[in-house]
Amino acid sequence: MDWELNTLVVILVAAVRAGTPLVFAALGELVTEKAGVLNLGIEGMMLTGAVAGFAATLASGSVVLGLLAAALAGMALSLVFGVLTLTLLANQVATGLALSIFGIGFSAFVGLNYIGTPLPGLDPVNLGSLADIPVLGPLLFAHDPLVYLSLVLYGVVSAFLYLSRPGLVLRAVGESPDSAHAIGYPVIPIRYLAVAFGGAMSGLAGAYLSLVYTPMWAENMTAGRGWIALALVVFATWKPLRVLLGAYLFGAVTIAQLHLQGGGVAISSHLLSMLPYLATIVVLVLISRDPIRIRVNAPGSLGKPYHPDL
Amino acid sequence: MRPRLVPRQAPSRWMALLAPLVAALATLLSGAILFAALGRDPLEALWVFFVSPISNWYGVGELGIKATPLILCATGLAVGFRGGVWNIGAEGQLILGAITGGGLALLFPDGAGLWLLPAMLVAGVLGGMLWAAIPALLRTRFHTNEILTSLMLSYVAAQLLGYLVHGPWRSPEGFNFPESILFSADATLPIILPGTRLHPGILAALGSALLVWLLMARLFPGYQIKVVGMARPAAAYAGFSHSRIVWLGMLAGGGLAGLAGVMEVAGPIGQLMPRISPGYGFAAIIVAFLGRLHPVGVVLAGLLMALLYLGGEQAQIGLGLPPAVTGLFQGMLLFFLLASDVFINFRVVWGPLAPRLKG
Repeated sequence: MDWELNTLVVILVAAVRAGTPLVFAALGELVTEKAGVLNLGIEGMMLTGAVAGFAATLASGSVVLGLLAAALAGMALSLVFGVLTLTLLANQVATGLALSIFGIGFSAFVGLNYIGTPLPGLDPVNLGSLADIPVLGPLLFAHDPLVYLSLVLYGVVSAFLYLSRPGLVLRAVGESPDSAHAIGYPVIPIRYLAVAFGGAMSGLAGAYLSLVYTPMWAENMTAGRGWIALALVVFATWKPLRVLLGAYLFGAVTIAQLHLQGGGVAISSHLLSMLPYLATIVVLVLISRDPIRIRVNAPGSLGKPYHPDL
Repeated sequence: MRPRLVPRQAPSRWMALLAPLVAALATLLSGAILFAALGRDPLEALWVFFVSPISNWYGVGELGIKATPLILCATGLAVGFRGGVWNIGAEGQLILGAITGGGLALLFPDGAGLWLLPAMLVAGVLGGMLWAAIPALLRTRFHTNEILTSLMLSYVAAQLLGYLVHGPWRSPEGFNFPESILFSADATLPIILPGTRLHPGILAALGSALLVWLLMARLFPGYQIKVVGMARPAAAYAGFSHSRIVWLGMLAGGGLAGLAGVMEVAGPIGQLMPRISPGYGFAAIIVAFLGRLHPVGVVLAGLLMALLYLGGEQAQIGLGLPPAVTGLFQGMLLFFLLASDVFINFRVVWGPLAPRLKG
């Protein structure tokens, strides 16, 4: 196998790893938004999940328990958002921002004692000789278990949204809560479930960073990935497959930037670090240039509070 | 029997004024519980956090220094928020103001006369406006959501400042620290209260609050902003240009955030370095909401938020608590505010479901 191909495989594998936290977070947000709720608090929930997962893994020695703790922490925070926006009808944009600010402060506060403590990380799955197949082996069969979990969750979310009756109801609630209410579906409880799912997925996304991707805790370690996940949902025009592909695309941008830095390109690392953020802006502009496309694909009641008497 | 929310006929003005007070009290109470849970005497901790920082003139000066960027950013943001323009990138616009204004100071390392400081302030305002003009342009030209673009640009601005102070603007005598040279006396803000570090920025902040009040309460563009924010279809029917409102909201926020940035580096900091703001631009979002998007409220809320920052520093020294406690308080404050805001538009009714009359 020649050298270029080898490098390409290494980069692609790294791109999948870098994209995986975005897959978790953006799939969760997709379900939340499909129910008509816009939660801008992903960054805060991811950080809280990251620190909770780290603490639980450090205390118990079990990554599985860490993941569980992260999902629960993200869910708990999302339920605060739920109570404020769904029960108390607060503005979703403002509440989401509050959730992010709170999560950043909370995780920094809780995580103070964990700075500088390394964790062992997570080994790739062992699929025997499958991993030895040239090119396809490392690309498909040698990732860590959470990469496969994210793919399974992608399948589950897609099937749920488009092939199951509860998924249809959830989408109906997002398109027109009044109609869903009129035919007897409980709008608010369904939205609570969607918000909680989004929170759990954000928690998992954070835990992937602190337990697997870079197994340690650092203040603000998500570095804006929560916001990129939000942009990704718009970029994907609320379609699961595009969320998945978009996440890996962003992963590739992140990795390309690291490889350029490592490859001795004479550009400041600070300038290269701008790339993922600039890429986010560029794709957002490209996708939203056509307002009809956004209007047709966005859930009809996205971001609007629902009260049966209003 | 369970509590239900019933819409009020008209929003309650009393609740609108009461909600920030309720939120502040609830935050204090939660703070006391938090301190107790951490094994500190809650009353003593609250004293250290909220009273001891301003028990002398130096502390009052520090409060003014921290309130300055918060009030400047929040008054500007409030203009946009009133019109439904969600600029949440004040942090980046503040950094750009520091870069453009501070960059001018670096051009004249030995000073250049009395004109330098005013020129720097103008450069700072323009820098902040430039950074805010990008999301405004993308929003009006390509319908791109300004929340995400303005926020992404904050990360870009932070990296840009990092690049400058690690690279071309690094001081040759700085022992390789990523810092610029110290600004000359001509490029540094004077001190207005002897014995403190208080600079004229606080006057600029109060002045900007006054100007924004004038704009929103007395001038036609302010009226247009409010109409767009409350009822966009009505504004469209009246022929108000939505693009103009977006531009106005973004530029007001960007310009004042840029002014805050240049005043930080020309005032208490005195040079450019990688981190020039402990998140003032983000905290200003909370300040704007806590102040009911009204200039007078913003000034009061800015002082309270400044006290939270000061208290966080004191708690670090006096109680051994991490400074992150400030972020925790900020988040809680906004949560409690949003929760109490419900009662502006709704009242709680205990009892069985009333029969629905409408429809």
